[in-house]
Amino acid sequence: MAQMTMIQAITDALRTEMRNDPKVLVFGEDVGVNGGVFRATEGLQKEFGEDRVFDTPLAESGIGGLAIGLGLQGFRPVPEIQFFGFLFEVMDSIAGQMARMRYRSGGRYHSPVTIRSPFGGGVHTPEMHADSLEGLMAQTPGVKVVIPSTPYDAKGLLISSIRDNDPVIFLEHMKLYRSFRQEVPEEEYTIPLGKADVKREGTDLTIVTYGAMVQESIKAAEQLEKEGVSAEVIDLRTISPLDIDTIIASVEKTGRVIVVQEAQKQAGIAAQVVAEINDRAILSLEAPVLRVTAPDTVFAFSQAEPIWLPNYKDVLETAKKVLEF
Amino acid sequence: MASKQQKVLFEAEKQLDIVNEQFKTLQILNEEGEVVNESAMPDLTDEQLQELMTRMVYTRILDQRSISLNRQGRLGFYAPTAGQEASQLASQFALEKEDFILPGYRDVPQMIWHGLPLSQAFLFSRGHFAGNQIPEGVNVISPQIIIGAQYVQCAGVALGMKKNNSKAVAVTYTGDGGTSQGDFYEGINFAGAFKAPAIFIVQNNRFAISTPVEVQSASRTLAQKAVAAGIPGVQVDGMDPLAVYAVVKEARERAINGEGPTLIETLTYRYGPHTMAGDDPTRYRTADLDNEWEKKDPLVRFRKFLEGKGLWSEEKENEIIEQAKEDIKQAIKEADNTPKQKVTDLITNMFETLPPNLEEQYEIYAEKESK
Repeated sequence: MAQMTMIQAITDALRTEMRNDPKVLVFGEDVGVNGGVFRATEGLQKEFGEDRVFDTPLAESGIGGLAIGLGLQGFRPVPEIQFFGFLFEVMDSIAGQMARMRYRSGGRYHSPVTIRSPFGGGVHTPEMHADSLEGLMAQTPGVKVVIPSTPYDAKGLLISSIRDNDPVIFLEHMKLYRSFRQEVPEEEYTIPLGKADVKREGTDLTIVTYGAMVQESIKAAEQLEKEGVSAEVIDLRTISPLDIDTIIASVEKTGRVIVVQEAQKQAGIAAQVVAEINDRAILSLEAPVLRVTAPDTVFAFSQAEPIWLPNYKDVLETAKKVLEF
Repeated sequence: MASKQQKVLFEAEKQLDIVNEQFKTLQILNEEGEVVNESAMPDLTDEQLQELMTRMVYTRILDQRSISLNRQGRLGFYAPTAGQEASQLASQFALEKEDFILPGYRDVPQMIWHGLPLSQAFLFSRGHFAGNQIPEGVNVISPQIIIGAQYVQCAGVALGMKKNNSKAVAVTYTGDGGTSQGDFYEGINFAGAFKAPAIFIVQNNRFAISTPVEVQSASRTLAQKAVAAGIPGVQVDGMDPLAVYAVVKEARERAINGEGPTLIETLTYRYGPHTMAGDDPTRYRTADLDNEWEKKDPLVRFRKFLEGKGLWSEEKENEIIEQAKEDIKQAIKEADNTPKQKVTDLITNMFETLPPNLEEQYEIYAEKESK
């Protein structure tokens, strides 16, 4: 075991899979000799060579096409999109192409691609760096969307994502890259995609969340405990497909739920979680399922992040509304 | 204050002229079937020449029958190909089986001659997934509808071939309108930067639906767009099978020798509408222009050339026409006999392992389908 930050755990996962499978290729803007703008691919080109870890021209759509083509030639591409706000440049390659590859070819071809990309607020990035666009991906049939919140989850989920034979969007929250360390096994291990994790057990209230909001929700749960409320925090880890079983089991136990996301209310996946709970467990509900989200504006100018991004106080406030309904 | 004579810092017109000089149309056979460029003649045996003509005649019939079957409602989406036989088939004729084709939506003939069964081409037209289940060993992917996407993917396939040390090339096609897309430029630029074995073919039939090529770009040739990627570009008479073949052959040699990609512009024409979905070319094309290009028909000049060599006869051509008609009839029958699609099939084709939402929906539809 070693104490690792999330970014170290990600590098470790990439190194592990590159050693395991000679078909794994890592490429993107500045991922080679530079080791990535966040050092996620640090040392990989040195160990595996320029043939397997390489820089590309500055064009996201081209990177997406490159990944699809390499996939057709038997490679297992792990491209990087420098910031997920740049998704729009590569939306066709992802949603219009690789997501549909297996289906449109009737299973003849597939796209074993894992797209890594940082996102998330709280670190005062310039425009179009921090936007939470996972909702767009979650609405796309044919891709899985994974968002880890801890170093341990990041490593196991990334190894699983790379081994998956269909496209996976692996979103890395920038604020979580180096915010804390955690024990991470040095050997390889996997965490199944589509499986949530109960980060904190509770009996009075369920908080369903993902990404940086996991830490905010845990913080809120600790506060609630002081007030005699036992909150269960579910970290979805994979937001598409959802782990319905884990969510519903918790809802049936607690009878009260909030869903917490960093994305705007009209975005993200909170609405989908609420709908699934309404479909499957309405008879267990003591109160409506409420959401904690950002307001429905464009992502905040960096100085306005503190007043715009949801935080543990918003979680507490909404939790109380549900508890006192 | 009197204005001072401005000094000219760059000679704009001269600059453009010098570039255009580099992209003169390569032609081997003129409209009369006469060889006008002996030194560029490709090395083809009599049998190969006959085979190329066979494929062109066969494909012209396939186009005529496809239009007719579409009108009867026995085919769906169809983009006519008549006029583009030299551009499509002579380019494919220069390829080897291991080469990978990424076609656009009008490029079904290349797929067929690369090994896609005719019945599957018809199923693609109708909108059935079985049409896209390309047989193992046939290196093509189904026709790309998103114009330009095949170009960036081609760069990736070509880079994969380079990494695998395979002596093969990736070949893709787009039209004149497609050269305005970002993915067109990114595709050729990536292939250039990685020195990947790719052949990018632009079939310039002068119209993107109703929009003439002059509206796409101020560029005087499309071949010169290769300059932006730092790769060679060549403009070829796309109605001349020998010129198209020769140029693709040379691009292939360059590519497999590790010299990188080539952009080829074929000057061609589609005699029919853009697609069979209600497009009417008389709204945007003059009869004069149609007549001018009908004189350039690739079949006419190649027929004359082969007849001059004693390699072609009316009898032979009629045999091919009958064969094509028979094959088409048979293929339509096979397509008719293909089981109808079920929602459960569509679900099964989404992932290697179904996620829970699809597992659940599979059960629901399986139940419906069992009734």
